[in-house]
Amino acid sequence: MPGDSMNLFTYPFMVNALRAGTIVAVVSGTMGWFMVLRRQTFAGHTLSLVGFPGAAGAILLGLSPALGYFGFCIVAGVIIAFASPPVGSALYSEESAVIGSVQAFALACGFLFVNLYHGNLNGLTGLLFGSFLGITSAQVLSLLAVAVPALLVLGLITRPLLFASIDPEVAAAAGVPVKTLAVVFLLLLGIAAAEASQITGSLLVFALLVLPPATAQVMTGRPLVGIGLSIGLGVAVTWVGLALAYYTPYPTGTYITSLSFGAYVIARGAKLLSERARTRAAVAPEGAVT
Amino acid sequence: MSPAVGSLATMLAHPFMRNAFLAGTGIAASCGAVGYFVVLRGQVFTGDALSHVAFTAALAALAAGFDLRLGLFGGTVAVAVAMGFLGRSGRADDVVIGSVFAWMLGLGVLFLSIYTSSSSGVNGTAGVSVLFGSILGLSTDAARIAAAIGALILVAILGIVRPLFFATLDEAVAEAAGVPVRVIGIGFLALVGLTAAETTQAVGALLLLGLLAAPAAAALRLTTRPFGGVALAIGFAVAAMWVGLTVSYLFASIPPSFAIIATAVLTYAAASARGATVPGIAGLRRGGTRADGAMEQTHV
Repeated sequence: MPGDSMNLFTYPFMVNALRAGTIVAVVSGTMGWFMVLRRQTFAGHTLSLVGFPGAAGAILLGLSPALGYFGFCIVAGVIIAFASPPVGSALYSEESAVIGSVQAFALACGFLFVNLYHGNLNGLTGLLFGSFLGITSAQVLSLLAVAVPALLVLGLITRPLLFASIDPEVAAAAGVPVKTLAVVFLLLLGIAAAEASQITGSLLVFALLVLPPATAQVMTGRPLVGIGLSIGLGVAVTWVGLALAYYTPYPTGTYITSLSFGAYVIARGAKLLSERARTRAAVAPEGAVT
Repeated sequence: MSPAVGSLATMLAHPFMRNAFLAGTGIAASCGAVGYFVVLRGQVFTGDALSHVAFTAALAALAAGFDLRLGLFGGTVAVAVAMGFLGRSGRADDVVIGSVFAWMLGLGVLFLSIYTSSSSGVNGTAGVSVLFGSILGLSTDAARIAAAIGALILVAILGIVRPLFFATLDEAVAEAAGVPVRVIGIGFLALVGLTAAETTQAVGALLLLGLLAAPAAAALRLTTRPFGGVALAIGFAVAAMWVGLTVSYLFASIPPSFAIIATAVLTYAAASARGATVPGIAGLRRGGTRADGAMEQTHV
């Protein structure tokens, strides 16, 4: 569809897609930053997939898919938080087996629900890979209504959560409720995943949760700057991805994941080069003496 | 598809059921054996990543007009080996794994859209069968090949089982004793890739993690004997496959991949309820370290 850049904003569906994409990118950029810091990528991936059976089940029962997304993601977040032993304990590799089994079972349930719903395969692809183009203004408002309280709660617990994520033992000794924070955080992560699932589909949520935050953490170790950078990157790739998908026949998800992955690779490469330059600078004077 | 209610007596009279049982047994057995070490080595997330690579690789082959299995096996094994080289002694960092497979999924969506827009409706469900499997649709040739590859994986695992146990339970001691830890790590990941590709044909890329992790985790709950554990994991996986196929034959509205994964996961739930007192992985690891990794002394 050729057209000038003004066209991007002429159609209401495109404006809604950009609004929804921005909300989702801000929420996942923030929650994802803590997820990467806490090394909970596997739990985050499972939470993002769990929305699929939730939405499929809700459709089967004649309810709104949004209800299924939020219900399943929040319940799964709580289950993972309570079933997991503390990170670093001897049972760690069994914890990942629990997460893996929960994930496979949830996806299998989703497939069963879709089958029982008499196999609307287009609906299945929509649930898995999302549809940016059918977003209504009411959906944008409901996304915002969930995003604002979730971000406020995260804002309230930011300091203790940072402490508990970086050094859980010292934090626990200092009286920080580490276990409660872990549960609240997985709850918030579940909410973020459910929000994003409705727009990007269950399979691509994880890209927004992991790629911009991982890039930000390669670039800076300072928390507030990092979170800001992660949000900025997320919003930028979402906007550019939506615009590219508008002008070309290829899917939005491909552009968003490829752009974010490109940024991640560039950040890693730049860091590697600057570290090498620094060691060379440190070694050079000794070389001059001999 | 089978009629609404089939009878057990005539189940194996159908060629598609015979094919499913033949391929399924080979696939499940290799999943059980490889999965045992995946769980023991804490590489379930790597298995998760490889399952998504399997999806993208299969669709890439379809989009390019090749046989699906060419992309499936070639792509998955290649990425598995690359992961082994990137990670320290064959174990990659989970943020790196997550980043790579998030992008892989994005590429998968691209290949899916290229494939579905270029092919004329007939193969429109290819994406769904890659994601959720199509074990009832295997031809006799495909079933024989799947069973043969399953047997090959099983033989390969049994061939390296002692050094693999040693390298898994106590990497440092194994390395000091001259075990090629890094080569074994990479070789093992290649086997995980092969298993992921193989299992995608049965239960699909999205569900294979259940067949890899659940039977193995159940076995680790019930016994700390290493070789007994491998055998138990294989037994659980094969049993889940048979029960799942039978259930989906009897109830036509239940897809086989759901029945197989549900059986495997329920087995694990039952095992962890019953075997809550068995020390599991922690006990096996402690036992292995105390015996200085000499598995032969304690268990033969």
